[in-house]
Amino acid sequence: MPTMTYLQAISDAMRLEMRADERVFVMGEDVGVFGGAFKVTDGFVDEFGPERVMDTPLAESAIIGTAIGAAVEGLRPIAEMQFSDFVSCGFDQLVNVAGKMFYRQGLSVNITVRLPSGGGFSGGPFHSQNPEAWFMHSPGLKVVAPSTAEDAKGLLIKAVRDPNPVLFMEHKHLYRRVKGDVPEGSYETEFRARVAREGTDLVVIAYGAMVHTALEATADLDGASVEVLDLRSLVPLDEEAILASVRKCSKVVVVDEANQMCAAGAQVAALIAQYAWEDLDGPVVRVATPDVPIPFSPTLEQAVLPQVDDVREAVRELLEY
Amino acid sequence: MRHMATEAARTDPDVPGGDVAARPPRAGEAGLIGEGERNVAARPARAGEAGLIGEGEREERASRLAGETSSRLTNADRVGLLRAMLSMRGIEERAMMLYRQGKVPGSFYDGFGQEAVSAGPAWAMHGHDRLCILHRDLAAHVIRGVTLERIFAQYMGRAGGITGGRDGNVHFGERRVGCVGMVSMLPDMMLVAAGLAMAFKLRGEQRAALTWFGDGSTSRGDFHEAMNWAGVQKLPVIFILENNQYAYSTPTASQFAVDPVERAAAYGFPGLSVDGNDVEAMFEATREARARAIAGEGPSMIEAVTMRMHGHAAHDDMKYVPAEQIEEWRRKDPIDRQVRRVEALGVDVAALRAEVKAEIDAAVEQALAMPMPEGETATDRVFADEPALLEDGASRWSGF
Repeated sequence: MPTMTYLQAISDAMRLEMRADERVFVMGEDVGVFGGAFKVTDGFVDEFGPERVMDTPLAESAIIGTAIGAAVEGLRPIAEMQFSDFVSCGFDQLVNVAGKMFYRQGLSVNITVRLPSGGGFSGGPFHSQNPEAWFMHSPGLKVVAPSTAEDAKGLLIKAVRDPNPVLFMEHKHLYRRVKGDVPEGSYETEFRARVAREGTDLVVIAYGAMVHTALEATADLDGASVEVLDLRSLVPLDEEAILASVRKCSKVVVVDEANQMCAAGAQVAALIAQYAWEDLDGPVVRVATPDVPIPFSPTLEQAVLPQVDDVREAVRELLEY
Repeated sequence: MRHMATEAARTDPDVPGGDVAARPPRAGEAGLIGEGERNVAARPARAGEAGLIGEGEREERASRLAGETSSRLTNADRVGLLRAMLSMRGIEERAMMLYRQGKVPGSFYDGFGQEAVSAGPAWAMHGHDRLCILHRDLAAHVIRGVTLERIFAQYMGRAGGITGGRDGNVHFGERRVGCVGMVSMLPDMMLVAAGLAMAFKLRGEQRAALTWFGDGSTSRGDFHEAMNWAGVQKLPVIFILENNQYAYSTPTASQFAVDPVERAAAYGFPGLSVDGNDVEAMFEATREARARAIAGEGPSMIEAVTMRMHGHAAHDDMKYVPAEQIEEWRRKDPIDRQVRRVEALGVDVAALRAEVKAEIDAAVEQALAMPMPEGETATDRVFADEPALLEDGASRWSGF
């Protein structure tokens, strides 16, 4: 099994889908000749040509709106937002057109929107955001967020084949930092959670880059057996897997890199409070970014984004509860 | 060069190809520009065009235009266009009554006086073309083949409506006849239409997409993004600006400093002002635009100059519109105009009206007999399990 970075796995998924299915094409700002701001589509234009690796005007609403039009006519566009932050400029097309299309008129919108998201590298307020919760709150949109290279490939292939709009949150900070064995050829990863590490004393529930933070924070906690649940998919949310882990471990820490107000973790915490209250041996603890824009300077950024020590401290406190 | 040509077309009444020129006065201009002094279309002349207007004075042109026909329409086409407009008006008048009787929930929006704006263009589009239809364009749905009882059921929020009660009034598109329903955020569908056209281009197909949008929505960014994108990629898309003089209560004078049709040239494609109350002129302009599109020559913008004769919706008494403006436009009613043409062909219009009325009566009965959707289904089918895509509608023009 070859080893790939998270970024290579995303490229591999798109390349395989484009080779296998001529309906699949890539569109976005600078994705063609330049190969994308992060080089995810490096070399694609040589293999597939400029029509299927489409350099678009700087217009996010148009990227998403025209992707919707192409999709309802039978194509399967993969639209790249250069940074997830810019999806705010295409918000209306996603939320009002794509998300409500099937419900209202039975017309399926097979688009995948790739959103390079997250912080940790001094991107500042407009290149570091985690906007997934905006879309979780909007019916009709699926939202997935891989943490490993293997899942990045499988979830993206699944997203491209899904007849619904899927927002693929790819964490920029994982692009080249995370490597792993990735199966060759095509495979689909279901939009379900996975247990990243088995444990019995406490479960940390996270997704995206925070899965790695959680694993590191709980690798050696004086012999405590800590489970890490990687959500992988936020819509649909794998409620069964969440409740199963909580029932097994009885203590929960929920981690978001996103701003804490109404974040994915808030929904997870509410779910647990309503359906697993009797199984809890302590409060549901949340670790998330406070409700501030993501600051630029490394000292400021590290002060707001959840760090390994923040998660470790929260876990320790809850273990002692 | 394009700009110069535009200037020439605007200032020289004898520029060949400056066709379909009847641009009626804007709000506030009433009384300043008479019937015979309409502005000339702001569009570059194109070589080899069969213009509807030949040589001569503007006054003469206007009077000739009023009785002009498209040489590409058979008598059956011309009757078909009238029938579609009569259906639209009849359906909407009946629906307004049903609304007042409490049988149509929410509010009701109609396109009274604008029937030609949807009928003409829809007639010019092939069944395998695609339409993104706006809320005052009911005739387009009828022409594509949506049955009347489903339209009434749609208004009433019944299970048998096009959206099954999930959306109301004219917020629908029947995917099985190649139509995508609008959303209330305007002009979002300009981008969707550009995307449809992009799919045709990517697959090398000779098909076109068409969308309508209003004068107010030209102020939003999606107008620019769509116009620019379509121009850059030379997409086979037709943009129909439905200039009905008011965005809710806001007149065009408060909406834009430059008529949006003139902006088309800045995006690299032609913009054409057409008398939006002349169904045959609207057909002809769209036919030409479609021919351009499928020949790979790119997008076109058509400004249908018309008037919203009712309020924005049922609750709006339209006090902000001067009475004389309404009266002036009443004389230009698109249905009356087509009736005169069709009567001149010897067609029994009274019989046609009776036929349409009977169809509407039957459709209302059928719709009233349909059940309301079950409350428990409200959370079903948010996501698709299988692809469900657009299919072809009717091709109505005899030229196909």
